[in-house]
Amino acid sequence: MSGTDSTAIPDPSSEPQGSGSPRPVTALPSPARLAYWSLRRELWENRWVYIVPLIVAGLVLLGFAFGLIKAHFSLKTGAPLRLPQAWIGEAFNFASGVLMLTYLVIAAIYCLGALHGERSDRSILFWKSLPVSDVTTVIVKAGMPIIVLPAITFALIVVTQAVMSLAAIVVLLGKGVDMAAMWAQMSLLAMWAAMFYHLFTVHALYYAPFYGWLLLASGWARRAVFLWAGLPVVAILIIEKLVFDSAAFAHMLLSRLEGGPAAIAFPPHGGMPMQAPTLGNVAAFLASPGLWIGFAVCAVFLAAAVRLRRYQGPI
Amino acid sequence: MSVIDARSLRKKYGATVALDGIDLRIEQGRILGLIGPNGAGKSTAINAILGLTPYEGELRVLGCDPWAARDRLMREVAFIADVAVLPRWLQVSQALDYMAGVHPRFDRAKAESFLARTAIGRTSRVRELSKGMVTQLHLALVMAIDARLLVLDEPTLGLDILFRKQFYDSLLNDYFDHSRTIVVTTHQVEEIQNVLTDFMFINRGRIVLTSTMEEFESRYAEVTVHPDRLTAARALKPIHERQVFGRSTLLFEHADRPQLQELGEVRTPGIADVFVAVIGNPAAAPQGMGH
Repeated sequence: MSGTDSTAIPDPSSEPQGSGSPRPVTALPSPARLAYWSLRRELWENRWVYIVPLIVAGLVLLGFAFGLIKAHFSLKTGAPLRLPQAWIGEAFNFASGVLMLTYLVIAAIYCLGALHGERSDRSILFWKSLPVSDVTTVIVKAGMPIIVLPAITFALIVVTQAVMSLAAIVVLLGKGVDMAAMWAQMSLLAMWAAMFYHLFTVHALYYAPFYGWLLLASGWARRAVFLWAGLPVVAILIIEKLVFDSAAFAHMLLSRLEGGPAAIAFPPHGGMPMQAPTLGNVAAFLASPGLWIGFAVCAVFLAAAVRLRRYQGPI
Repeated sequence: MSVIDARSLRKKYGATVALDGIDLRIEQGRILGLIGPNGAGKSTAINAILGLTPYEGELRVLGCDPWAARDRLMREVAFIADVAVLPRWLQVSQALDYMAGVHPRFDRAKAESFLARTAIGRTSRVRELSKGMVTQLHLALVMAIDARLLVLDEPTLGLDILFRKQFYDSLLNDYFDHSRTIVVTTHQVEEIQNVLTDFMFINRGRIVLTSTMEEFESRYAEVTVHPDRLTAARALKPIHERQVFGRSTLLFEHADRPQLQELGEVRTPGIADVFVAVIGNPAAAPQGMGH
């Protein structure tokens, strides 16, 4: 091990006092490398962001297993196709719906704690003692709800539904249910494509200003982050109502929550999207001003969060 | 190029002046102790040097403006605030991975060899370690960084004396060399007296006294005076007088050694005693002001 050799006291004559002594130029970590390790840090610190969805997916599978067992005993051989198909379709919807809801709750809780936790446990002094900029830190934290969490959610939905399909095939095939006809009407791939589109457009990209706002609140509030995040919103709603007797802000929030132009792929009667998005859907989404206004607002919030983190120490 | 070069460094928090125009210059290879009472401005000075707080005046650390380029500066500067800053959820192996990932000057093998001397396990989380072990871990991480400037702000706060001694021993034996510079603040001044090459007294945001240890040793002398010589000793204008075991101990500045030796036993005083004399006696402060 050469570890101790390099600490040996160098010949003083080779290290002229006061002048910048020659030092080996070390390769600087690339921004991607810094972002990667910052992301690892987030996942180490917040293991619950993937453990909780895993538990939820496990519970869904457990429930589905019980349902299948029940179906196994109650279905008469050669029963009409309608019954299992409706039931399985509902179970698939339920699985993706529950996992998406889990994602949204986790994303909100994560954002509210992201810039607050490191200040309240004083670890911000450790993080700031390392060559990672506030910009990198904040951007990576924003990347969690916008990229990482939906990716985890999507992967879990795919795995959960794939396991559900396999289990259904095994159980129902023995009952003589015409599986081929059933899958012809329920294309998993199309469903997953729709799910992917829906997750990333509506809940990730279109919601970006929401996440940005929650991150800003978590960087700014000293305690009760949730209340401080909600207070300005409520204040605007009340002031607008009293001064202008209107509710434009509320409508704006609602339309964003609904997903704006990205919600096109939604089936009109509600429920989970089943149709794969067309290129037209994607183009309309990308061309919608709402998306870009949202990005701009999110960027303003994140810039403010970066600035705050620069000034802040432990609380 | 100095490692740290500050000119009329000022910092206000509202109406409170934390730093009131500090000039300081630290060359490579020095170990500087920043000494001062609570609220004197030590931490503010350290925070400014580390780019953790904005300031007025001129400040260059390794040629960088710390506030504008904290992340760049931290490639060359290592920093231990106090024992409680390592995140509690962090696993020892994660700490090593992360440091190796983000720090271009982190030597993982070196950190591992420091850790091998401790009882700290790779899979332990910080929350499972004792206070002393957390400090050992932090020190192992920081000493494995080939930094040009190491800043320690009350690094041994809350540790028992054994750990404090170990801390400074390994810092000197395993880390310090003439290409590095260390700035340390601590309340346990007497423990680091023989570690320092320089010290600086800060009081109310101003530098009250700055000196190298060699200067200090020739400038100050402490005499435990024979009772019958007390009047003669007082005539030499000691800057401070205190009672130790019923005998008077007088502190002299710029006094003639042979003359002092006639009065009693002459010693080099503790920094802490001079600190009390200088800070506790405002009349003495102006004599020591400046460089």
